[in-house]
Amino acid sequence: MAEPLVLVEGVTKSFGREVVTKVLHGVDLELHPAEFTALVGPSGSGKSTLLNLLGLLDRPTSGRIVLEGRDTTDLAEAERTTLRGRSLGFVFQFHHLLPAFTALENVMMPMLAARGREEPGMRERAFALLEEIGLADRASYGASKLSGGQQQRVAVARALVLDPPLVLADEPTGNLDTESGAQVFELLRRVSERHRTAFLVVTHDERIAARCDRVLTMVDGRIRSDVRRPAA
Amino acid sequence: MPFEVLVALRFLREGRIQTLLILSGIGVGVGVIVFLSALISGLQASLIERTLGTQAHVVVRAPEDVVRPATAPTAERVVASRLEQPAQRLRSIVGWPQTLGLLRSLPGIRAASPTAEGPAVALRGLANRSIALRGVEPASYRGIIDMPPRMTDGEFRVDAAHAVLGVELAKDLGLRKGDKLRIETPRGRSDVFVVAGLFDVGNKDLNERWVFVSLRSAQTLLDLSGGISSIELKVDELFAADRIAADIAGRTGLEAESWMERNRQLLVGLRSQSASSGMIQLFVVIAVALGIASVLVVSVVQKSREIGILKAMGTRTAQVVRVFLVQGAVLGLAGSAFGILLGSALALFFAALATNPDGSPTFPVALTPGLFLGAAAVATVTGLVAAVAPAERAASLDPADVIRHG
Ligand SMILES: Nc1ncnc2c1ncn2[C@@H]1O[C@H](COP(=O)(O)OP(=O)(O)OP(=O)(O)O)[C@@H](O)[C@H]1O
Ligand SMILES: [Mg+2]
Repeated sequence: MAEPLVLVEGVTKSFGREVVTKVLHGVDLELHPAEFTALVGPSGSGKSTLLNLLGLLDRPTSGRIVLEGRDTTDLAEAERTTLRGRSLGFVFQFHHLLPAFTALENVMMPMLAARGREEPGMRERAFALLEEIGLADRASYGASKLSGGQQQRVAVARALVLDPPLVLADEPTGNLDTESGAQVFELLRRVSERHRTAFLVVTHDERIAARCDRVLTMVDGRIRSDVRRPAA
Repeated sequence: MPFEVLVALRFLREGRIQTLLILSGIGVGVGVIVFLSALISGLQASLIERTLGTQAHVVVRAPEDVVRPATAPTAERVVASRLEQPAQRLRSIVGWPQTLGLLRSLPGIRAASPTAEGPAVALRGLANRSIALRGVEPASYRGIIDMPPRMTDGEFRVDAAHAVLGVELAKDLGLRKGDKLRIETPRGRSDVFVVAGLFDVGNKDLNERWVFVSLRSAQTLLDLSGGISSIELKVDELFAADRIAADIAGRTGLEAESWMERNRQLLVGLRSQSASSGMIQLFVVIAVALGIASVLVVSVVQKSREIGILKAMGTRTAQVVRVFLVQGAVLGLAGSAFGILLGSALALFFAALATNPDGSPTFPVALTPGLFLGAAAVATVTGLVAAVAPAERAASLDPADVIRHG
């Protein structure tokens, strides 16, 4: 098999100084390019914690995480930030758009942050993504004027704008009604196929998990099962 | 537009009421600074103008005679001596035309004029008054004290036959333009002049004592035989006068006295006035800085979610810091624009409030581009400095925390 996109080896994570809570008890995991993976498990089992570690938003207590062949353990914070911007996209449960900006600007934001200013082509690229998610007509709307489902779709477009190999999504449909949730999930599957982007999606929704290429189940800080669905 | 500026401006725009309030606060602060500076420098300029309107900036004279005891003390001999100052006699500058040429060639000197000055008595019939006789070259003297505009009657004409005197002296002696007056000096010389005109220099004492004649007439009357008693100077930069005076004294061996030495009290007054207004302005700046800092600290807390998102999608810590520094600077700059308008309006209103009989304002104000630029610079830098602590706070926010708590 080809080199994994992400390699997680013996990762543990504890919180607290005096009262130490061990949340992850040694996680080993490989994620592959363009794979659409669900991460399920009971509340408090450590799913979000693992996602934050994979997203370089936090550091493991022990073990290592290799992203695109690069060991991230000893990287300085600034390098981790750059790597995060370039190689990872995020979609969170509480659709985190910037309310002071329009839908189009929100999609452009990772490019602006990476390049330091607007450059030719950025606007067009962001607009093309808005078209793809079916929100081209809302491009100039303020982010807070969009519905919850629309905001989440814009967040998906934003996560994809720098064409990262991996998008991490923590309960992307958790805050939406069934219909918009289904819409967002369809969108994730579609863009994953189209851009050949790997997704790791935390979800509590059985029906959603059932439609992923692979399902990881987490219990008490360990990966209890790893089930791959045969390609259809 | 740089990413940081874009985000900073949007954050400010989003904080509407907060931004407006702090802008007003900065505006009022800067307004106070502008108003106070304009008023203080206006008052000082008018005070200096009033004082120096009738004074040279630097007066160069021959050095005083030094008196030495006739018998010097030695190792074996103690000498008791009392030194008598010699009676004041007019000292003449040796080789003055060369000195005048030299002074005129020095940088920073705007005008130089030779003067033969000494005590005399003006007589008309039985009345007499002691006067200060001033022999001048009318052409070069204009550069020292511009007399023609101060003439209330006749003209500033001094030659072999004409003299010019002040309105008070003319009243005392009952003289009018065209009348004759006799001038006598302690050296026993005297001459008769026709009054060519009367002046009012805005100083009663000088209007009573000054009598202008030609340089040559004064030289003859004062027995200076072609010499002069002083060279009067105007300099380009008022507060460089003492430095220039010291330089001249060093170069020529003559005595040079600046207006600053002659008007110590005025200078002390001006300086303490500047110092106290400086103190007030410093406190205003501190208040403005605290205001900006507190608004930005609140904004960091309110925007922690946005900051977390920005960081999660690859915004570097240094960029986050700059977003807040830019906010501080923009607040300072924009607030100062408002403050400059406010301060100027206040100053002009104040100036229009009360006027002297001659129509000039009682409280003159000096609104200059330099003052505006200075105020804007101070406010911008203050905003920048005030933003440092909030920016550090924003930079230290942990995106994982922010995302976890929605
Ligand atoms: N910063 C933290 N400090 C202390 N404890 C933490 C911290 N973050 C998470 N935890 C603890 O770690 C455990 C796992 O939390 P995590 O958010 O990863 O669970 P989860 O699987 O995402 O749950 P859910 O499905 O409810 O989102 C919880 O017991 C939580 O209290
Ligand atoms: Mg979670």
